[in-house]
Amino acid sequence: MLLEVKDLETEFKVKRGTVKAVNGVSFEVDKGEILAVVGESGSGKSVTSLSVMGLIRDPGRVAGGEILFNGENLLKKSTKEMQAVRGDKISMIFQEPMTSLNPVYRVKDQIMETILTHTTMNKKEALKRAIEMLDLVGIPAPEQRVNDYPHQMSGGMRQRVMIAMALACDPELLIADEPTTALDVTIQAQILDLINRLREKLGMAVLLITHDLGVVAETADKVVVMYCGRVVEQATVEQLFTKPLHPYTQGLLDSIPKMDEDRERLYMIKGIVPDPIHLPKGCSFADRCDKCMEKCREHMPKLSVTEDGRKVRCFLVSDEVEGE
Amino acid sequence: MSEEKKEVLLEVKHLKKYFDVETNFFGKPTAVLKAVDDVSFKIYKGEALGLVGESGCGKSTIGKMLVDLYKPTAGEILYDGKDISKLSTKERRKYCKDIQLIFQDPYASLNPRMTVGDIIGEPIRINKLMPDDQVEDRVTYLMNCVGLANHQRNRYPHEFSGGQRQRVGIARALAVQPKLIVCDEPVSALDVSIQAQVLNLLDDLKEEFGLTYLFIAHGLNVVKHISDRVGVMYLGKLMEVADKREIYDNPLNPYTQALLSAIPSTDITKKKERIILTGDVPTPINPPAGCRFCSRCFKKTEGCDTVIPELKDNGNGHMVACHLYDK
Amino acid sequence: MRKKQQVQTTGEALEKPESQIRVMWDTLKKNKAAVAGLVVILFFLFLAVMGDWLAPYDPEYSDMGHTFVAPCRDYYFGTDQLGRDIFSRVLSGTKISLFVGVAAVAYSLLIGTVLGSVAGYFGGKVDSFIMRCMDIMLSIPSILLAITLMAALGKGLDKAIIAIGTVSIPEYARIVRSSILSVKENDYVAAAKVVGNSDRRIIFHHILPNVVSSIVVRATLGISTAILDTAALGFLGMGVQPPMAEWGDMLGRARTYIFSAPYTLIFPGLAITLAVLAFNLFGDGLRDALDPKERV
Repeated sequence: MLLEVKDLETEFKVKRGTVKAVNGVSFEVDKGEILAVVGESGSGKSVTSLSVMGLIRDPGRVAGGEILFNGENLLKKSTKEMQAVRGDKISMIFQEPMTSLNPVYRVKDQIMETILTHTTMNKKEALKRAIEMLDLVGIPAPEQRVNDYPHQMSGGMRQRVMIAMALACDPELLIADEPTTALDVTIQAQILDLINRLREKLGMAVLLITHDLGVVAETADKVVVMYCGRVVEQATVEQLFTKPLHPYTQGLLDSIPKMDEDRERLYMIKGIVPDPIHLPKGCSFADRCDKCMEKCREHMPKLSVTEDGRKVRCFLVSDEVEGE
Repeated sequence: MSEEKKEVLLEVKHLKKYFDVETNFFGKPTAVLKAVDDVSFKIYKGEALGLVGESGCGKSTIGKMLVDLYKPTAGEILYDGKDISKLSTKERRKYCKDIQLIFQDPYASLNPRMTVGDIIGEPIRINKLMPDDQVEDRVTYLMNCVGLANHQRNRYPHEFSGGQRQRVGIARALAVQPKLIVCDEPVSALDVSIQAQVLNLLDDLKEEFGLTYLFIAHGLNVVKHISDRVGVMYLGKLMEVADKREIYDNPLNPYTQALLSAIPSTDITKKKERIILTGDVPTPINPPAGCRFCSRCFKKTEGCDTVIPELKDNGNGHMVACHLYDK
Repeated sequence: MRKKQQVQTTGEALEKPESQIRVMWDTLKKNKAAVAGLVVILFFLFLAVMGDWLAPYDPEYSDMGHTFVAPCRDYYFGTDQLGRDIFSRVLSGTKISLFVGVAAVAYSLLIGTVLGSVAGYFGGKVDSFIMRCMDIMLSIPSILLAITLMAALGKGLDKAIIAIGTVSIPEYARIVRSSILSVKENDYVAAAKVVGNSDRRIIFHHILPNVVSSIVVRATLGISTAILDTAALGFLGMGVQPPMAEWGDMLGRARTYIFSAPYTLIFPGLAITLAVLAFNLFGDGLRDALDPKERV
């Protein structure tokens, strides 16, 4: 097992109280596997990825749980040790390709910096490596583009540079936080295709954070669906998209306009995400759920394992109660 | 529906909008961004026309020209048969009232220092649509129409979620009883579950108020649900316009085909062949000569890079601009 | 959250609008330095109103029998070269310094806001013209400009206000213009245009309320600059005319006796420092309190 997140809890202190952005989240990522974490804004998916990277800053903190990477608990590591892991073993690409590159440095300087920090290569080798990486991510004429400044590149190109940077040290795990959200559809298709090809070629695992179920269906192997800081469903892509079990997952899938069917009205999940400081007593989704029962408002269902190995947090599937 | 039965509400003829991005010392433009370059289409009464394209294709610029936020560089916008640049002040005021806009960003489009009640009531007051004592009732009515509770009217925008703010924006647009609403990516900043709520709401309001929509979006999937006809734009040019079913079942322009296939599908049982376009969208500052799409087109033939294809009817009102269909 | 519970209990009852001033005050209260500044400002305001009353002596009466008396029980701050009670003069000067400060800022704020708004909102040639004029004004050292203006206008309190105010017009015009340029880009301004607002209404109802916080902050800080400028003009003998008491003027006349009778210099100097510091602290606190990002 490459990455094991166990009962992760991350909280943020805000003026009105404490927000449990991630509340007891567990999942595993195998070598060479793409695990997608899906959820809407406020579900805690991005905070989960930042926790894994050790990038939670004040007023937030990881309050509990374990993050095991190759069996080592990342939460126990010092700042310095984490710096050695970041960019080398685990690397990350962000949503905003426009702001995640430093505008005052050339592309080559930024890629080379990562390489020089984490390897014993000298400058010449590092430059060669940087050009190789740009070639790998499909940037035409990499020998010339390597001298460009970020503003000379388009959004899609910059995201490719980000990927090249992230992959420069052959990471075992790539965390991609909404890598295509800021891009156009045709460019998104290119980038997803690229991530898929690179995964096959380099054998790295990918933790894909996204709100787009379409992206998940096309790229991931396994899916974790999050709602209000908790995992509500976990399954393989085939399982989830052929038969979603949790009403939230069902609702999400139904509310996407489909290309190949005509419906008068879209299905909609009623209401809005509850206030994270004052979550309802029982299931967080109870207020918005069409199949809400009485006990849903009283108890939080447990994330229980079904016969075919998937996990669902819903009383419709299992009677187990969280914390009992 | 045949062409004659439908009544044209608004027509755009050879519309152009150029921006000078660089000028020399004497104020002469040295680089021109052709945001919208010779676009013509019609919007019929009571329909929803979808306008789709990637960033920089000029779709939002068209929307802004329709609501008079931008002045066209060339071309005409005909409303009820009249060129809007030739309207008298009074007619112009009526036109501006008849055409409203719903913005993409629900955070930036509401004045943070006004309560939502004031935001919705303001258009009624300044246009003097009704006596002042009736405005409050009208605001209540509008808030109910878009699914907001009346007791929330004294709240400020920052107390609302993105979806609720977008509802406020919709209520504001409805306040002046418009005929045509330009929806500029109204759901792209919202969460999936909230998108469905807003799309359904827009659908209901169209029915209830007899509205006509120009629905701008970057993805074909969102537009599909709400539109009757769809236009696809690329780099300032209209590439294809057709009835919704036609465009989804039988896309003619290679760009439309690529755009359709690029949408990630949640249906994993049907693995489709992806058309992955090479390269990036060129900048509209120096667009390719000939067909704008030729630098990325996978069906490019000779002549594509020199002659600009015209938007022509390929039968049944399916308009396409592509040399593949030149007869 | 308080609000949410209210909804449940009162149902459809209309909520009271959240008072913007209340929120501002709540934030400001937490800033100790700003509160201290406010207290000092209020204290000076009190002195400005009550100063003549509290003064034990006539600030303009010179008692040649008691020149250069060191601070003692009769003369708390001592007396100056003409035997005038410094304590009374500092008290009396409060009124003038604050008045000149506020009036000069109000004057430059008004003109600066109008110029800045017009330049920022309409842009183009109007903008270039106004801003080039402002640039020319900024290229002249401010105190030199003030002195030149005073020379042209003649001496006197009202002239001092105009001179000091005029000097800082470009600053306000610039701040207002740049705030307007950024606020103008917001969709809600476009939205206001689409629903049929006139340009004037857009400027006054939709743009200015959103730039007011930065202007207010600058104005508060500007008062302290204006007080300093008044003092500087007074020090150069161009502001208020004797025998009227003004801090800067007192400072200027006392500088000859800096070693022999330091108290003639220290107390008006302290008053200036304290007032300027108070306005600066309060202005900084106000900036934090008015920043909507700080609120959530």
